[in-house]
Amino acid sequence: MSSSNAAAKTATKSGGGMLSGLTTWIDERFPLTALWKSQVSEYYAPKNMNFWYFFGSLALVVLVIQILSGLFLTMNYKPSSADAFGSVEYIMRDVEWGWLIRYIHSTGASAFFIVVYLHMFRALLYGSYQKPRELLWIFGMLIYFALMAEGFFGYLLPWGNMSYWGAQVIVSLFGAIPVVGDSLTEWIRGDFYISDVTLNRFFALHVVAIPFALVFLVIAHLMALHEVGSNNPDGVEIKKVKGPDGIPLDGIAFHPYYTVKDMVGLGVFLILFALVIFFAPTMGGYFLENANFDPANSLQTPPHIAPVWYFTPFYAILRAVPSKPLGAALMGVAVMLFVFLPWLDRGKVRSIRYRGPLFKFFLYSFAISFLALGYLGLQPPTPAYTLAARVFTVVYFAYFLLMPWYTSIDKTKPVPTRVTYHAH
Amino acid sequence: MTEEVDAGRRHFLTVATVATGAVGAAFVAVPFLASWKPSARAKAMGAPVEVDISKLEPGAMLKVEWRGKAVFIVHRTPQMLAQLEGIVGELRDPESAESDQPEFAKGATRALKPEYLVLIGVCTHLGCAPLDKFSPGDVTVSADWQGGFFCPCHGSKFDISGRVFKNVPAPTNLPVPPYQFVTDSRILIGAEKGNA
Repeated sequence: MSSSNAAAKTATKSGGGMLSGLTTWIDERFPLTALWKSQVSEYYAPKNMNFWYFFGSLALVVLVIQILSGLFLTMNYKPSSADAFGSVEYIMRDVEWGWLIRYIHSTGASAFFIVVYLHMFRALLYGSYQKPRELLWIFGMLIYFALMAEGFFGYLLPWGNMSYWGAQVIVSLFGAIPVVGDSLTEWIRGDFYISDVTLNRFFALHVVAIPFALVFLVIAHLMALHEVGSNNPDGVEIKKVKGPDGIPLDGIAFHPYYTVKDMVGLGVFLILFALVIFFAPTMGGYFLENANFDPANSLQTPPHIAPVWYFTPFYAILRAVPSKPLGAALMGVAVMLFVFLPWLDRGKVRSIRYRGPLFKFFLYSFAISFLALGYLGLQPPTPAYTLAARVFTVVYFAYFLLMPWYTSIDKTKPVPTRVTYHAH
Repeated sequence: MTEEVDAGRRHFLTVATVATGAVGAAFVAVPFLASWKPSARAKAMGAPVEVDISKLEPGAMLKVEWRGKAVFIVHRTPQMLAQLEGIVGELRDPESAESDQPEFAKGATRALKPEYLVLIGVCTHLGCAPLDKFSPGDVTVSADWQGGFFCPCHGSKFDISGRVFKNVPAPTNLPVPPYQFVTDSRILIGAEKGNA
């Protein structure tokens, strides 16, 4: 009671207007000021956070964009195999500004993955997953998995032919599980094929179940972040050097310093986002695939099935293996391995700035192989491409599986006690 | 009565309450999980389909729909049937030992009547629809192609009995659905003789 009362007293003394009176009234009943201080205005973040630190707050903004645009899409969309394709066309042609709302949502899906992949790469660069941020990292990975599920369920909803066959391919992956595979796929589809039943349940998962899980996980991710504090490009723990007031010497208040910085990032992001929405909403077939402008047809596969770009690195790994159960298993492992990074990394330093040549070699090879697999997953499976996919799959796995070895023998540089920072 | 708390008794009661609650939760979960299984309507819509094949020319293929899947019916020519024995060495499962078909369809022809092939047109790799590439030497597949089915998604190849070739992603032969001849020119897909 003492802290809120103290806050209330200060507020009364300094302001004394209507608004501070209301704040006092609320603070006596709900920890509004206390929450604002602990999470925002007195949350101290390292002062050397750079460009890579834009993507966390951007991911939060995209989540809000997706929830709002998605809400308005559900007002005109019909989740049935007879009406779905037509209702999307109705949104595009007849609903006032419907085309804009749909393009915001479809572009937002790709933007979400771009932002999240950059956010994850930042963690790999600066060792943000290392102790004590393991649980923060795991919550982040759970968000990523939920996002993949959200993207997959949402992709069936327009009921285009690529939606249909993409879902067909991914659901049949579960058929690779021994013994229960066939009954499991039947249970997921609720029918003997991807049908009206499947569409209806994917709609429910896409608009109710997964968004709830996402919001819950984002809150857990932020709570874990604010418990352990933000990492930074030097990988230095700023809590180790505190001033007499108990505030880290290298820390600055999140608000106003980082809220202002993030606003700049948001401005740049929104410009790019708007450019895509207005001038290239299909992004040449990458954000909205051409074959999806044909309605779903269970008797006619599109000539070339490729998932949306954000799944293609894993899809390329699946195709690289000539055995179905093994390919599906390897793809699952490729996604799951990220979770174990905090325990695979035996390095004594966090940031790439102080890591040795081995770590840099493996990290950059991994980044290149991830992009290359993403490209190959979009291409038809010619022998040359399949061979390339196999090579990059090996490089991809080497980054994770050899990590305990190369991080423990790597030559590291000495880490400073304070962050490196140049005033502007 | 003593003032002391009987910790053992408390622990037992807590565990017993949690266990009872967990059993109850598991029972409540059953209807929700079971609601995802194919409904009575979905099952009814999956009933057998009767097809007239009297107008199917030799060498031609007919596609019909059964349970939302394409079923291929091919009227095979004697030349097509002649290929079946020569390529056994190139096939992964020539005897259909690991593949999915009714008992009668295990031989090289994989059919009740050799001239009529009935297959489910869903690739056993990831469920794409294979294409009919019946002309030998079709360069869209490969120069030494002998004729059969080709899946455009990931390059799986099958012979003119739907048997899978080696070194392609598909693990097994194209499945044969249960079917029977109602008359010489009518096939019932989805039901075998005896258990229709």
